[in-house]
Amino acid sequence: MDLVDTQVATPRPRPMSEARSLANAAYRARRTVLEMSARGGCFVGSALSCVDLLVELYFRQLRVDPIDPGWDARDIFLLSKGHAVPALYAVLAERGFFRRERLMTHLEVEGSVYWHPNRDIPGIEFHSGSLGHCLPVGLGIALERARSRDAERRQSQVFVMLGDGELNEGSVWESLLVAPQLLADGLTVIVDRNRIQANERTETLLPLEPLRSKLEAFGWRVAETSGHDFAAMERAFEPCGERLTVILAETNRGRGVESLENRIGGWFVHASPTELDLYQSELASAHRAEWGDSE
Amino acid sequence: MSYETTLEELMHEHPELMLLTAENRAAIRSLATRAGDRFIDVGICEQTLVGVAAGLALSGRVPMVHALAPFLTMRAFEFIRTDVGIANLPVKLVGFIPGILSDGNGPTHQAIEDVALMRQIPGMRVVCPADEDELCACLPALIRDRGPAYLRYNQLPARLRHLGDFELGKAEVLLTGRDVCIISYGALFAQALDATEKLDQLGYSVGLVNLRSLAPVDEAALLEAFESKLVVTLEDHFDRGALRSLVCELAVERGKRIDLLPIGLTSWFRAGHLQAALKHAALDAESVAARVLARVREGT
Repeated sequence: MDLVDTQVATPRPRPMSEARSLANAAYRARRTVLEMSARGGCFVGSALSCVDLLVELYFRQLRVDPIDPGWDARDIFLLSKGHAVPALYAVLAERGFFRRERLMTHLEVEGSVYWHPNRDIPGIEFHSGSLGHCLPVGLGIALERARSRDAERRQSQVFVMLGDGELNEGSVWESLLVAPQLLADGLTVIVDRNRIQANERTETLLPLEPLRSKLEAFGWRVAETSGHDFAAMERAFEPCGERLTVILAETNRGRGVESLENRIGGWFVHASPTELDLYQSELASAHRAEWGDSE
Repeated sequence: MSYETTLEELMHEHPELMLLTAENRAAIRSLATRAGDRFIDVGICEQTLVGVAAGLALSGRVPMVHALAPFLTMRAFEFIRTDVGIANLPVKLVGFIPGILSDGNGPTHQAIEDVALMRQIPGMRVVCPADEDELCACLPALIRDRGPAYLRYNQLPARLRHLGDFELGKAEVLLTGRDVCIISYGALFAQALDATEKLDQLGYSVGLVNLRSLAPVDEAALLEAFESKLVVTLEDHFDRGALRSLVCELAVERGKRIDLLPIGLTSWFRAGHLQAALKHAALDAESVAARVLARVREGT
């Protein structure tokens, strides 16, 4: 089965999928990210690190409807590390929010596909790009939902993905401090813990560890998981919504492309045609090694 | 000379200079590796960046503070105003990718209100070099000066040899013209230059002023420009608060009646590569010349 066809007319039940189908969707999304990088460049390293998390979210966790992206009681996802937007766009396209071809207008001045998210693209809830904005905004959305008169809307959840480098920003810690004071549940933070920011490893520039105990001290439940293993991610997401939760997802920047994986230099990549071929073939081999010729 | 080599020389000359960033290293990447303990990267913490700079300046250092222009001038604005501005400290703020230079980043990364914000702060110098040559040329003057400063970083290649030394508060008057005078600054200076040439070829007498220092401002040069029949302000900035406003303020204060064609931005511009973004926002030389022509013809 192919996940391109898993669009559902009604948002419930969530589309449940086996790990292989999810991995195939992630593989196609990564191919799309690389193609976008050949069209003027984009923040490939950061995008590739969160593709699997986004697939887990959009194919298994979020109650969203590609046919009706504005559905009133939908779950809300905000990508606060906005420069990873090629991954989000690619996953939204896989999920049927719009045609993948739209992404091939990357950086054309008349289009709306550029280096950060914006609401001209179906499925994007809010723009981002300036770091440290989406957690306070997500908190506001969650506070409104907690007060909604509509029971279904009241049950909807808000998910915000932060980069680990983004945890440098003071506004993130303000919101982490404020949220437990105002809200009991319905807000989940996902930290894409790839341990590299623009120029340095996070623990070299501004160490975050011990991160778990910091977050717990602020009043959050913390779940640690691999951000690439779908079974582990499913377990980590399971109790979300019952308490304010931070999911610390260990990831590799540049995941899936050997030449870029876990390299400090692989943040912004403008791939030449030769590099694109190399990256795509590395991606294909890695996918084949794990999943055989399923794609 | 590049920005980095110029700054490196100045760091040798001025041991009080410090190099700071909030993980925006693009323009100082190699210098950072050679600056030893005079380089501080606080991580992506713009407010702390500016507060730390104020503390260093209070202790006798002169911090050169580097971050993306929107986050430096807007996220940390109150820290700039309160810690640097009120104390009038020698903190030199360098904003990357200002104005039209933000490429494919989109509105979050567009600093097109930075000049308006910075010129509100008493004592703040605001310098917007036209190209890399002027960017380097303004550094000694900015560092000699002991007030706070905001530098709109622009490393576009120079299109001409600039006249004389850079002086704070001194405009570069390249041409005077009876019919039109185009006043511009920063990245759009090249477009102003080309537009001037186009209009000149059509037989108009056209003046051209590279304002470059928006605070303090060269009032004499502006008053001279006001003698042209039409004054054009060209800027990659919102059309309120920066050059257009400054020209209007001066004209009213001095009782000068001018015919003004303000060309700037009324909203965020479309993300895209420089030439495409300029054209779409009608800030390229051709669009500028066409708008000036239309206005001139309308007046005759």
